[in-house]
Amino acid sequence: MDKHITTPLTDEAIRGLRAGDKVRITGIIYTARDAAHKKLVELLEAGQPLPFDPTGQIVYYTGPTPAPPGRPIGSCGPTTSYRMDKYTPALLEAGLKGLIGKGRRGQAVIDAIQAHTCVYFSAEGGCGALLANYVKTCEVVAFPELGTEAVHKLTVENFPVNVFCDCEGNIYSPYL
Amino acid sequence: MSVRDLDARRLADAVARLYVKACLELPEAVKEKLYAFGNPYIIENFEKNGNLPLCQDTGMAAVYLEVGQDVHLVGDIPAAVDEGVRRAVKEGYLRSSIVADPLRRTNTGDNTPALLNVELVPGDRVKVTVVPRGFGCENKGRVAMLAPADGVEGVKAFVLETARLAVPDACPPVMIGVGLGGSFDRAPALAKKATLKERPNPDPFYAALEQELYEATKKFSIGVHILAAPTHIAGLPCAVSVGCHSLRYASEVI
Repeated sequence: MDKHITTPLTDEAIRGLRAGDKVRITGIIYTARDAAHKKLVELLEAGQPLPFDPTGQIVYYTGPTPAPPGRPIGSCGPTTSYRMDKYTPALLEAGLKGLIGKGRRGQAVIDAIQAHTCVYFSAEGGCGALLANYVKTCEVVAFPELGTEAVHKLTVENFPVNVFCDCEGNIYSPYL
Repeated sequence: MSVRDLDARRLADAVARLYVKACLELPEAVKEKLYAFGNPYIIENFEKNGNLPLCQDTGMAAVYLEVGQDVHLVGDIPAAVDEGVRRAVKEGYLRSSIVADPLRRTNTGDNTPALLNVELVPGDRVKVTVVPRGFGCENKGRVAMLAPADGVEGVKAFVLETARLAVPDACPPVMIGVGLGGSFDRAPALAKKATLKERPNPDPFYAALEQELYEATKKFSIGVHILAAPTHIAGLPCAVSVGCHSLRYASEVI
């Protein structure tokens, strides 16, 4: 049975998730990958506000293809998460609660997930066309100069993910 | 001996067509392997992609030209190949993922330049192959300059270690390409080519090694292919290239 959650996430909802759970996400999520993470963390280090309030929010590591006519977004599967590891603890410290990507994370990220009661989900890698069906709206909200790497605000309905790392640091992947 | 003229514009057309095709539709041989593996999300993704690229990472456009030695290519070939990439990205709604410099990292905005590879072959035709390889799996490739004494056991250990490091980050089930021999730069080129092979190595020695490595990785792989080449008395170059399940390539002969 899939568990259903809505954003923004509460600690109570996060504590109800266990590594290996199949979860459907509904609500607003934000995209950010390598280049946007660098800029977000530079803003935090400079004491500047982020372009969106991270409190309770989920960031999805993806860089979509351009939306063809009549569709809100192009293909939008997850990119590999470990490349964001350097930046992730600072964003969790700032209030971010959920992460969506694919693959393993470093120990510092797992420690930060536990310390701040967060959750790391994996989406099915390489299935960007399928995952686009769960995205209802898409708008660029920061760093438009980065193209696909800009921060996009997505409205998703029943977006399918698995809990890769829960708030107690438990890990699950069918391939490990 | 007659030489056939081939206008670079025909090359641009072929690259544009093949790049879009490769991003939208998997080769039949790859689909068969994925049906056998049986992950329903992956099957639905390639069966019902709704004309969207199968993966958002439409890759760096690796373009392989096998040029017949009796062909005279007329025009600026690298420019024609880049023109084909540029058109495919615009017309096929593909992603622009290329930065002009590895450290200063400004996106070129049209996914050029292509990664152009040219090989001379007999004949008066040109075989064009476009391989959009995303970097989730490309990042997982490794090269080891093994010693001759490491032998087949050293090769097996390196291949299996690389495969284990690749998943789950690199979109399993993966295709594992192994390049053996040649030199420091030749082995990885062979490994990447090996990921595109659809049949076992014709040499029974390597076919058996492919089968053994596949058996050891089949929980997360759809195949292991090996290409071997002559090498130096002091070396055993061993490269492993990882292809994700969205193993995309398309070819045509012009």
